[in-house]
Amino acid sequence: MQRNHNHPTIVTIEKVIDETPTVRTLVFSDEVMSNILPGQFAMVWIPGINELPMSVMISEESGKAAFTVRRHGPASTGLFNVKVGGQIGIRGPYGNSFDIKKGKLLLVGGGTGLVPMMRLLTFVKSTDDVTVLIGAKSKDEVFFEDLTNSLLKNNPHKVIVSTDDGSYGQKGLVTDLVEKLVDETHFDAVYTCGPEIMMYKIVHSAHSRGIFVQASLERMMKCGVGICGSCCVGEDLVCKDGTVFDGQHLFSNKEFGYFHRNKAGVLENY
Amino acid sequence: MNQLLYSKLGSFIKVKPSLATSIGQIQLDRPVMLASGILGISLDVFNRLYRSGAGAVVTKSLSKEPWDGYPNPTIFSVKGGGWINAVGLSNPGAPNFAKIIESNKDVPIIVSLVGSIPEEFEVMIKEFENCKVTAYELNLSCPHVAKVGLEVGDDPELVKKIVTTVKNTTNVPVIAKVGLGTTHYLDTVSIAIESGIDAITAINTVRAIAIDVETQRPILSNKFGGLSGTPIKPIALRCVYEISSKYDIPIIGCGGVSTWEDAVEFFLAGSSAIQLGSAVGDNWIDIFDEINKGILQYMERKGYSKIKDMVGLAKKS
Ligand SMILES: Cc1cc2nc3c(=O)[nH]c(=O)nc-3n(C[C@H](O)[C@H](O)[C@H](O)COP(=O)(O)O)c2cc1C
Ligand code: FES
Repeated sequence: MQRNHNHPTIVTIEKVIDETPTVRTLVFSDEVMSNILPGQFAMVWIPGINELPMSVMISEESGKAAFTVRRHGPASTGLFNVKVGGQIGIRGPYGNSFDIKKGKLLLVGGGTGLVPMMRLLTFVKSTDDVTVLIGAKSKDEVFFEDLTNSLLKNNPHKVIVSTDDGSYGQKGLVTDLVEKLVDETHFDAVYTCGPEIMMYKIVHSAHSRGIFVQASLERMMKCGVGICGSCCVGEDLVCKDGTVFDGQHLFSNKEFGYFHRNKAGVLENY
Repeated sequence: MNQLLYSKLGSFIKVKPSLATSIGQIQLDRPVMLASGILGISLDVFNRLYRSGAGAVVTKSLSKEPWDGYPNPTIFSVKGGGWINAVGLSNPGAPNFAKIIESNKDVPIIVSLVGSIPEEFEVMIKEFENCKVTAYELNLSCPHVAKVGLEVGDDPELVKKIVTTVKNTTNVPVIAKVGLGTTHYLDTVSIAIESGIDAITAINTVRAIAIDVETQRPILSNKFGGLSGTPIKPIALRCVYEISSKYDIPIIGCGGVSTWEDAVEFFLAGSSAIQLGSAVGDNWIDIFDEINKGILQYMERKGYSKIKDMVGLAKKS
């Protein structure tokens, strides 16, 4: 029978990589997920524990894919704790993906928001000049720096790490750095994924200078298919209309950067 | 002279059919509504759905306090069609929701309510005094949460008390949404009518379960959920047919509608309007306009000027 992408497919974890004390990458074999586009996501079922939306990581081996998860709530901690040989269910891919432009590109990722950025890097042309900004609170939370460099080995590129406390790379907020970079260089496109306040500022920095910018949003998700409504941001449903939105569109959305909804659907401030 | 001209023209110009319908006192421009629990937590989304062709939107079932619902997995896609959900009636609570829809001007909103005792319904309805509410729909039929929904619908005495209380609280039309429980749904319908209900929505999801063969366990965190979508359409249709054959009460058909033919079947079985939910997950929100168009073409072909022309026709024999 043909695979129904809404139906969970069970896969076995083949490798676990510790990225930081709280972030792990879990590798598995799955043809469909290995071809996922940057910005798309899967719903990941940890049997007996929970189900959560996850951006899909790349793996250099063909036919393989991975998730990179930060231990946080019950669902992400459940996934974080899955060992080699453990089984999880995956459905999807869901959502749209980044519009991949050519030329001078700026990618900004915060925390596990780096996952779709890594996926995007596998789609850039070797002629593109790519700057990647990795934002973290402190040194022990920095990951994917080596991976970024290796994915861009054939490109003119720059990888800049910034930590809020200055314990590694440049000291300061990644958003201040973006503000500086877009003043110095004319980028053809800016892409971002990470904490919403960070994305809000970045979208603003780029959009106000007329630079094409896209952000991949994160919200509570239950269905992933546009039924339950839990992922709504204003009139947009992140699982169906997103996860990727243009800066232009985001500025007409009154909730972006200000509100998200909790499990009950009550609006809460960022 | 003029009259002659008009009567001549009349035979050439076909009357353009209208999608407007009424469910008792409830007047709608279009007969296809969004069912309760689907996409329903922001006024911006309601506006978008209305622009996309929905005749009305039913809110998520609201309780007195906010409810988190069950942990994920809460929704499961059945191979071959349909969904099983146990969202667990997560909702922001009636007071928060009333604030969300306070500024509503355009959208016909039907507020769905869920509770265990008559007083809860009374308190919730008072929250909406300053909102534009087209009707209330009492959820007497959610099959996967204890003490509310179907457990209430299964208790005829409680149904009577709740409907009576609600009818004494508001002049806005009140609909009872029924489902398949342990009490025969026709008995629930009968009690609701005796207690003054204005219309019936039939049906809610049907209690069901899904099991994963690899990990050998139920998939949904609540184990049991409610089946919706195409697999329940023939059952829902049967219920509408039975209710309309037995009682003189306006009906809204709900369950598995995904094409205009499905909608027309429900009209022919005796419902004046329909609701859909699962089809949004399968076809996204373009589904409303697609179905509206299909209904209009069917009406043109059959020479009907209004929805009411076909309501209940399947029972003629
Ligand atoms: C995810 C989901 C949540 C639902 N939540 C509610 C609810 O809160 N209240 C209610 O009366 N019905 C609820 N329902 C039932 C639907 O309103 C509808 O009766 C049922 O899905 C059958 O219609 P369909 O086949 O078009 O989906 C829900 C259904 C789904 C799939
Ligand atoms: S997650 Fe359910 S509508 Fe988006």
